[in-house]
Amino acid sequence: MLRKIRIFLATLFFLGITLLLLDVTGVLHLYLGWMAKMQFLQAVLACNVVVVVGLLLLTLLFGRIYCSVICPLGVMQDCFSWIGGKVWKHRFHYTKAHNWLRYIVLALFVVLMVLGFNAVAVLIAPYAAYGRIASSLLQPVYIWVNNLLATAAAHFDSYAFYSVDVWLKSGVALIVAAVTFVLIGLLSFRWGRLWCNTICPVGSVLGLVSRFSLFKPVIDTEKCKGCGMCGKKCKAMCIDMEHHKIDASRCVACMDCLENCKSDAIKYKFVGCAKQETEECDSSRRKFVVTTAAVTAGFAVSAQEHKVDGGLAVIEDKQVPKRNQQLKPAGAKGDRNFAKHCTSCQLCVSECPNQVLRPSTGLQTLLQPEMSFERGYCRPECTRCSDVCPSGAIKPITVAEKSSISIGYAVVVKHNCLSAKGENCGNCAAKCPAGAIKMVSDPATGHTIPAVNENRCIGCGKCEYLCPVRPFSAIYVEGRTEHIQL
Amino acid sequence: MDRREFLKVLGGGALATAAVSVGCDHPNEVVAEGFELGEVPTDQMTYRENLHGDKVSLLGFGCMRLPTIAGESGREEDQELDQDRINEMFDYAIAHGVNLFDTAPPYCKGRSEHSVGVALSRHRRDEYFISTKLSNMRCNTWSREASIAMFENSLKELQVEYVDYLMLHCMGLSGRDEAGNELDPMETFKRRFLDNGMLDYLLEQRKKGRIRNLGFSYHGDVKVFDYLLSLHKKIHWDHVLIQHNYLNWQHAHEVSGEDANSEYLYGELEKRNIPVFVMEPLLGGQLASLYDDAVDQMKRREPSRSVASWAFRFAANQPRILTVLSGMTYMEHLQDNIRTYSPMTPLNEDELKMLAGIANTYVTFPTVPCTGCKYCMPCPYGLDIPGIFAHYNKCLNEGDLIVVNDSTDEDSKAYRKARRAFLVGYDRSVPKLRQADHCISCGKCVTECPQGIEIPVQLARINEYVENLKMGEL
Repeated sequence: MLRKIRIFLATLFFLGITLLLLDVTGVLHLYLGWMAKMQFLQAVLACNVVVVVGLLLLTLLFGRIYCSVICPLGVMQDCFSWIGGKVWKHRFHYTKAHNWLRYIVLALFVVLMVLGFNAVAVLIAPYAAYGRIASSLLQPVYIWVNNLLATAAAHFDSYAFYSVDVWLKSGVALIVAAVTFVLIGLLSFRWGRLWCNTICPVGSVLGLVSRFSLFKPVIDTEKCKGCGMCGKKCKAMCIDMEHHKIDASRCVACMDCLENCKSDAIKYKFVGCAKQETEECDSSRRKFVVTTAAVTAGFAVSAQEHKVDGGLAVIEDKQVPKRNQQLKPAGAKGDRNFAKHCTSCQLCVSECPNQVLRPSTGLQTLLQPEMSFERGYCRPECTRCSDVCPSGAIKPITVAEKSSISIGYAVVVKHNCLSAKGENCGNCAAKCPAGAIKMVSDPATGHTIPAVNENRCIGCGKCEYLCPVRPFSAIYVEGRTEHIQL
Repeated sequence: MDRREFLKVLGGGALATAAVSVGCDHPNEVVAEGFELGEVPTDQMTYRENLHGDKVSLLGFGCMRLPTIAGESGREEDQELDQDRINEMFDYAIAHGVNLFDTAPPYCKGRSEHSVGVALSRHRRDEYFISTKLSNMRCNTWSREASIAMFENSLKELQVEYVDYLMLHCMGLSGRDEAGNELDPMETFKRRFLDNGMLDYLLEQRKKGRIRNLGFSYHGDVKVFDYLLSLHKKIHWDHVLIQHNYLNWQHAHEVSGEDANSEYLYGELEKRNIPVFVMEPLLGGQLASLYDDAVDQMKRREPSRSVASWAFRFAANQPRILTVLSGMTYMEHLQDNIRTYSPMTPLNEDELKMLAGIANTYVTFPTVPCTGCKYCMPCPYGLDIPGIFAHYNKCLNEGDLIVVNDSTDEDSKAYRKARRAFLVGYDRSVPKLRQADHCISCGKCVTECPQGIEIPVQLARINEYVENLKMGEL
């Protein structure tokens, strides 16, 4: 029964978070956004005391239910492990906890985070890793299906679905996601929750707490017939059958053993503050070999197809300009605050309806989102990234607040400018929502050129996006290290 | 088994019981005999007084669109005017209280005055007022002789000794001299009426009684309007004809080019107590076929009143409006308009507010007369110009028109639906990079368009509309 409840809840959370990460409509976060905000690391980074305390209490009471229900990467591993179990029964056996590795990794993680190397550290953060997998690997599939439906709906003049472009936001992000997916997939296929109990920093922290949890699965030695079934099927490999002990720091409270025991000898029950006896076992330390799968990045970047039916001019793709300072969305406050909190979970990247956010490829900020305006600009009425960000990297802002936050300022590249060459343009000035661009007469040539009032520019990128010059716009936005209030 | 028994047997349910009880209250009452509209009233017409105490019907019969034998408007058609039909309509109008007929030498390709003369000569001269104009717009009629000849010809064609209202036609428009040079509106006025002494001539004719009221009609440059009014102390204009309707009231620039807002024009005239003739109460028929939501708003208030009637009531709502000229081609137009003014019910504050709201929305929405010929393509910046216009017009015609989001839930649901249909449909029919926001107004398309559409201006307007929708400001 408890197992069924666990599976039911886990399915709910897993589907909810997956949908949230795949969503293209911008509606789901209203209903599912809380699921992302309940993620442990993100809540810690966002200083979300209620969630952090709540999760710690939950763990102290019932054990690592978080790992079995709320963490999407955990549930994903359960899926792989389950498939593995179909192929290869009774593949688990008790091993001693690799505590030395666990705590070194945890310490390293914390040190990296504190020193500001978040980008590297969060590669092993569970929810963020799953976010990258969903965003880079699953979302394209999801959108293709959506687009199929949209095409069908269009036949019936229905506006229930609309088409969304699938585009490669970052090759690096795709590779990282694929590697993570294959690696964790293989690990869990063979060794169940090994990742969670050795590498995962959240698992390690919660493991420290769950040692003392009030409810635990306990083996009744009276009833136990010593068949060892529980241990052979325990994906956390934490049931010591010889000594009839269960290592609560590694148990993810999946309740599988309760059902696997034919003699009904395992009970999940209140044990109070009884001290956990951690006994050394003689079982040899197993070296686990991490096989790195060769990732064949089988993505074909098909060049954007242009239909030329005689009536339409070909539009050349825009290229990303070189910026001194990366652009971060309004709400990020600045690059420092952003770097301190972002776990590169890609939720904002998946959410962005204007194709502005994409994972960065810079070393310091690897996979953290940055902005660019080849396919759209940061629309003034949209605050979706700030609405969904679970870790406080992009703090919630209102539309009104957004209109007065300058994340950057436009820079004119006179050499590219049509107007400077005497053409009749001025589109940047005409469309600027902040009224920050004026066409002025260039003393050198007498032609008009755009001039930017830096004190008005909010860095939305509309000018860059709408500039008719291709592939490099004649006006682009340079980021601000600290966002300023206009 | 009769119907009641049958229902009792069949029903037993609440529905049947309800049907039976209704049946008992009104046994077999037939209500739909037809003739729901009833007679067009003959003695209810509202009249207003001019400066000399003449009672003029609020509805003036405009004779610019008299019917042809093909049953179409004689303004556009070359075919012969249908004199029988015209006689019939004039008789009907007079019988129902209409007493002012407005024409001009060039109307219906020069055939209107003659036809009006034929129709009205069958009535007593005191049964009707005649209004015509001195239309010496072409430079070959700028000489005193030619202008006088034109005036005399009007009297002859209309078969009258005097005209009740004569207007200097089209003040405020520019003309061309013999060399084909465009003259500014002020200069044009000078050539037509001052240099040749025609204004003095007309004043003289007014003294003689051959012109009972002298006025002018205005389009275009407001400088000329202001100048003519500045002469009021000397000339004493008896009336002025302006374009007035709920779009022109505050949105003249959006709907009729150079014209000043009729709010201003009317204000200036009322200040001087000059009776006002109104033209274009329906703005060339545009206010008779409005977008769906506007029609809904009107029908919710007055289900049986026509859409056009609102425009007519607006046109006559100000006290100094003497008569509203409507160019009527069909008997049904005439009948509907007579009903509207028999008698005229003034609009209250609330109704005026509704019309102002409709006007505000309307000006963001005139359809673009694009025929999709694609002569403008390819746009050097990749825009799909005909695609943008086609989507815009389609949404307009299908009623996916987004208006100010007002209070009730039902409305906001419809609003969201229409907004979605517009925006999703836009992305579906025109790729993002080919949408209106990418137009840089280079103007290369303008000279290619056979419809004379100001493409960059229209694209900018559509883009502004899309922006407003996305920002949730509409």
